[in-house]
Amino acid sequence: MFKRYAKLWWALGAFIILCPLGLIATGTAFGEWGLDELAKSEEVGFIPQGLAKFADFWQHAAMPDYSIPGMTATFTQSAIGYIASAIVGVALVLIIISLLGKIVKD
Amino acid sequence: MHIPDGYLAPQTAIPLLAIMVPVWGVAVKKVQQTLKKKQVPVLAVGAAFSFTIMMFNLPIPGGSSAHAVGAVLLAILLGPWAACLGVSTALIIQALVFSDGGILAIGANCFNMGVIMPFIGYYIYKVIKGPAGAVSGRGIVAAFIAGYVGLNFAALSTALMFGSQYEWFKAANGTPLYFPLPLKVAVGAMMAEHLILAGPVEGIVTALGLTFVGRSYPELVEDELTINSNQGGSCHV
Repeated sequence: MFKRYAKLWWALGAFIILCPLGLIATGTAFGEWGLDELAKSEEVGFIPQGLAKFADFWQHAAMPDYSIPGMTATFTQSAIGYIASAIVGVALVLIIISLLGKIVKD
Repeated sequence: MHIPDGYLAPQTAIPLLAIMVPVWGVAVKKVQQTLKKKQVPVLAVGAAFSFTIMMFNLPIPGGSSAHAVGAVLLAILLGPWAACLGVSTALIIQALVFSDGGILAIGANCFNMGVIMPFIGYYIYKVIKGPAGAVSGRGIVAAFIAGYVGLNFAALSTALMFGSQYEWFKAANGTPLYFPLPLKVAVGAMMAEHLILAGPVEGIVTALGLTFVGRSYPELVEDELTINSNQGGSCHV
C-alpha cells in the first residue's frame, strides 16, 4: 500500500507534521460557537433552548477539539495534541478505507 | 463548516441523515464497479489528506476561522462517488473521535462537504477543462476554479441550513430554538469568508494537488478518463 505511491505518502506525512500551523487561527468558525461563546456574544447573547438540549449529545470523543485531554495549557502541548490527533485520525481513515477497498472488483 | 449538534433542529438533521444513507449505498456500489484496485491506496491517502487539510484553520479577520476540504481534488482524481466516500469517512471520524461537527449533524455535514462539493466541483472541472490534459494550463485553471466554486457551494448549503433554522423554529417566547441568527446573516458571513479567503485557498490546494499527483504519477490522471467513460459519462476524448 505504501510502496506504490511513495511521494503521496511523504506529502501526507509533511501535512501531519505541519498541521499545528492550523492552531494559529484561534477564532471559532462561524456557526461552531460553544455555549459560553454564544452567551457572551454581542450578536446573540443567549443560549437557544433547543441548542442547549442537543449541544452535548455526543460525549464520547476521545480527543475533543484535536487535543490530548489535560494537555492544552501551552501552545507546545496543544501542538503535540494536534499532531497526535492527526496521526490517530489518519490511521483510522486508512484502516476504514483499506477495509472498504476490499469491495473493489477491478 | 462542521455543523455542531444543537444548531440544527432534529427535524432538519435526521432527514438529512436519512438522505445520506442511500447516497452512501449508491457510492459504495459505484466505487465497487468503477474504482481500480491500484486506486484504493490513492483513495486512502486522499481521504487522509482531506482529514488533515481540514485541520489547517485559516484565520479570518474579526475573530473567525475557516478551512479548505480537499473534496474537489479527490473528485478530480477518483470521481465524485469515491470522493463522497473518502470525505464522509474523514467527517465521521472527526465527529466521533474529535467532536468536530455533531453526530446528529453527520448527515448535514456529509451532504455539504461530501456530496455538494465534490459533485459540483467535478462537473465544473470537466466542463472547463474540455479535451485538454489534466496537467495542462487549462486543466490546472479548471481545477482551481472547480475547487473555489465547489467549496463556496458547500458554504452556501451550510449557510442555508443554519439560517433556515432561525426562520423555522422559535420558542413560545419568540426566541430562536436552534441556530440563532437570521438567514441573511448566515449567508452573508459564510459567503464572505469562503468567497474571499477559504475559496481561493481551496482552489490553490486543488490546482497544486492535481499538478503534484499528475507530475509524480501521470497514470493516475490519465486513468481518470477511462473511469469516467466506464461510468457512462460524457467524456469523449
